[in-house]
Amino acid sequence: VFKRFVEIGRVAFISFGPHAGKLVAIVDVIDQNRALVDGPCSGVRRQAMPFKCMQLTDFVLKFPHSARQKCVRLAWEKENINEKWSATRWAKKIEAREKKAKMTDFDRYKVMKAKKMRNRIIKHEMKKLQRMASKKGKKPETAEKPGKGKKAEKAPKAKKPEKAPKAQKAQK
Amino acid sequence: MAGEKAPAEKKPAKKKAGEKKAEQKPSQKAAGDKKKRVKKYHASRNPVLARGIGRYSRSAMYARKALYKRKYTAPETKIEKKKKEMPRATITKPVGGDKNGGSRVVKIRKMPRYYPTEDVPRKLLSHGKKPFCEHRRRLRSSITPGTVLILLTGRHRGKRVVFLKQLDTGLLLVTGPLVVNRVPLRRAHQKFVIATSTKIDLTGVKIPKHLTDSYFKKKRLRKPKHQEGEIFDTEKEKYELTEQRKADQKAVDSQILARIKKVPQLRGYLRSTFSLSNGVYPHKLVF
Repeated sequence: VFKRFVEIGRVAFISFGPHAGKLVAIVDVIDQNRALVDGPCSGVRRQAMPFKCMQLTDFVLKFPHSARQKCVRLAWEKENINEKWSATRWAKKIEAREKKAKMTDFDRYKVMKAKKMRNRIIKHEMKKLQRMASKKGKKPETAEKPGKGKKAEKAPKAKKPEKAPKAQKAQK
Repeated sequence: MAGEKAPAEKKPAKKKAGEKKAEQKPSQKAAGDKKKRVKKYHASRNPVLARGIGRYSRSAMYARKALYKRKYTAPETKIEKKKKEMPRATITKPVGGDKNGGSRVVKIRKMPRYYPTEDVPRKLLSHGKKPFCEHRRRLRSSITPGTVLILLTGRHRGKRVVFLKQLDTGLLLVTGPLVVNRVPLRRAHQKFVIATSTKIDLTGVKIPKHLTDSYFKKKRLRKPKHQEGEIFDTEKEKYELTEQRKADQKAVDSQILARIKKVPQLRGYLRSTFSLSNGVYPHKLVF
């Protein structure tokens, strides 16, 4: 049922508080509610932190309990946690949420236009396939497969419109 | 002896002063010179014995200061000028009718026909109450020439518009441009506008100088001779487009449109209108 456990070396994401949004490694458990925590590569000093503000990630590091910061840092860099984290969907969702919040009025307009264009293309293809299916009677196999294939094509074909304004935002 | 020495001292001092002034004359121009002559004050010629008591009496001081020489009369020419420049008090006006003697001599400035029973008391001095023309105009730092603004009130509400400059009364001069969203050169109030962070580069765009507040002000015709029923017709309810407005619009817009074309999708953005929908909260939006 539970897959992620609080253990020495577990990398956790801090959800609220002064260090919100940073990653830390659990170094030791103090009592039922608090852990000794250290984030040398994410700018969090070694400190006690309540479990409530931590959210466990999939990453576990290998170091003995109460290891000093140097060891934690070595383990962190060896595992390349920062890169692995930014590759996870979790981190990408956070980033997308931040970008959306920063969108200006002009960006919102561009996104709206891009979405509209994309949906139109998809709808066009769908209608085409539906017409084909209805005309040629029962050919469910041929109708479905090209449909899925074409959807995958259309997403990159439509100039990556959603990603383009967001990429522009990232450049800004 | 002291008296003898004193005038002896005076004379060389005066001569020196005189020489200095003579030297100054050719070096400096007349206008500044006259003022500077007066400003060369001598120190007090009446040494103080005790506080409030001088060494010399009035008559001695008269002599020491050589006031017998310094007698000034008011320049006559000014009086003569004033006598000449008296404003006209009466005017002769022609009068009609027979045997009336053609004209009457009428006073221009007549005596008041009514004096109030009580005099109005003098108003106390107030401070800091300036008339509108002297008010300080402020402009939000987010609004700079070329900013895209969203109009919130008026017939063009929701439209996105380009800001040109702030006028003397503090209102913002704004244009569509006309071909993009049918907003002409127009004034907008700073408070009823959202400034977006989208800016168009308007360097080198010249806005004609005759576009001032009086150019945009609504004109009211009023002829007091008409009865009240007719006044409603003569007041311009319908705005009439003049050729000058068209020309100005074209002159300004042609410069701006060129710059709008350079930014992708900006033209479409200006054509669109702003609106809120479910789940969209203005306090959370970044403009």
